[in-house]
Amino acid sequence: MSASNSKTMNVRLKIWRQEGPSAPGAFEEYSLSGILVDMSFLEMLDTLNEKLIHEGKRPVEFESDCREGICGTCSLMVQGQAHGPVRGATTCQLYMRSFQDGELITIEPWRAKAFPILRDLITDRRAFDRIQMAGGYTGAKTGPHADANAILIPKDIADRAMDAAACIGCGACVAACPNASASLFTSAKVTQFALLPQGHADRKRRVIRMVDQMDKEGFGSCSNLQECEAACPKKISIQNIAIMKQEYLKAAISADFRAGLGSADGGA
Amino acid sequence: MVPLTRLFSSTLGRKYLMGASGMALVLFLVVHLLGNLTLYAPNGDLLNTYAARLQGLGIGLIALEVGLALTILLHIITAFQVTYTSKLARPIGYDSPKTKGGPSKSTAGSRNMILTGIVLGVFLVVHILQFRFGPSMEEGYTTTVNGAMVHDLYRVVVEAFVQPLWVAFYVGCMVFLGFHLRHGYWSAFQSLGIINPRWSKPIHTLGLLIALLLAFGFLFIPIFIYFTQSGGGNP
Repeated sequence: MSASNSKTMNVRLKIWRQEGPSAPGAFEEYSLSGILVDMSFLEMLDTLNEKLIHEGKRPVEFESDCREGICGTCSLMVQGQAHGPVRGATTCQLYMRSFQDGELITIEPWRAKAFPILRDLITDRRAFDRIQMAGGYTGAKTGPHADANAILIPKDIADRAMDAAACIGCGACVAACPNASASLFTSAKVTQFALLPQGHADRKRRVIRMVDQMDKEGFGSCSNLQECEAACPKKISIQNIAIMKQEYLKAAISADFRAGLGSADGGA
Repeated sequence: MVPLTRLFSSTLGRKYLMGASGMALVLFLVVHLLGNLTLYAPNGDLLNTYAARLQGLGIGLIALEVGLALTILLHIITAFQVTYTSKLARPIGYDSPKTKGGPSKSTAGSRNMILTGIVLGVFLVVHILQFRFGPSMEEGYTTTVNGAMVHDLYRVVVEAFVQPLWVAFYVGCMVFLGFHLRHGYWSAFQSLGIINPRWSKPIHTLGLLIALLLAFGFLFIPIFIYFTQSGGGNP
């Protein structure tokens, strides 16, 4: 055990509390003392909840799953920043040493019409699932398992597709965007397929359907502020948004689109 | 189903319109500034000749003006649509949102394009009323250039810019133009998807140059006229 492991700090917390989707919410303040500086942010919240449970109060509800930065479940707006002040990290990879002793820390849920609050800090992010279901897959039958390298993909292209596929769908891009736009998420899903030969069969209908769904969910419009990229725990580039713009325009002016194959009900 | 309406009513489609009209308007501004450089020439003959040549285009000038007006209108309409959609998308805001820095281009200027745009819209109305539909030849604003009688547009301009308040108004509005272009120029490329990682930074830097060049290029004109004309040439 190093010396820093036993160092403790006090924090004041200002947390959004809301009983249910239609209940009015408000901030409540809490004080915690003796927090280990090497605790993760979520462990600090666990400590708060244990205290609240002991006091017979309702614990603060928030989401987490893997707690190792790969699942995208944790989703907190900390100090006005999606996933807190550290770049390239999810909330669970945020540690208390990033904060000052005695600091007042504001914690809010993702704010977007398309992500309605279920309770406290938990939002319903199924809008992302619906965008994914609208076309974020390969519909063509691929047959039996192909030999490795049967389909040749240049390394740089494979790398770019992999960078896009790194999206964990946490929603930080929407949360951080001043317009609550889902462009970064949708474009990452569009791009990972658009770059690879396996994705080409559904290329046009995919982008049309996914963008349609994104708009239907009530996300805002991208105004190229790149705040999403700054907030993304996987540092996904807005270059993907530019690729989505190209893909959408190409698909929209194509004959397939004019024949209605881009719509959810038309074409297979 | 009408494909084009569906294309241009999507959040992406609107940004195509916004970016394309914005690019066209930047082109116009460059031409406009080049034309305005004639104001630096003494006695105004150069500006009046330029204006007379433009007038001489007849129906061509009207076509250009209508095209420009439609482009501006398209830019404004899509701007309000985009802003409205985005306001709806976040009914409840954050307590104190903060940028995460790094690659973010989120600044007061880039977040408030609609506000700088509204200022420029108001400016445009004033500017057009003042100079395009200002004092005419019938009101005695005439001069002779190379023996021909032409509209003395130079006098209209000078009469405005010997007044410090007009100078301040124009200079102030051009600062807003600078901020609008600083985000707008690069943004148009991104909105249209005609960008790649290698060009992104240079285009963004070029946007700063273009914003500075156009804003200062325009705002020095009233200042120049104020300092060269307000002494003796006061009408």
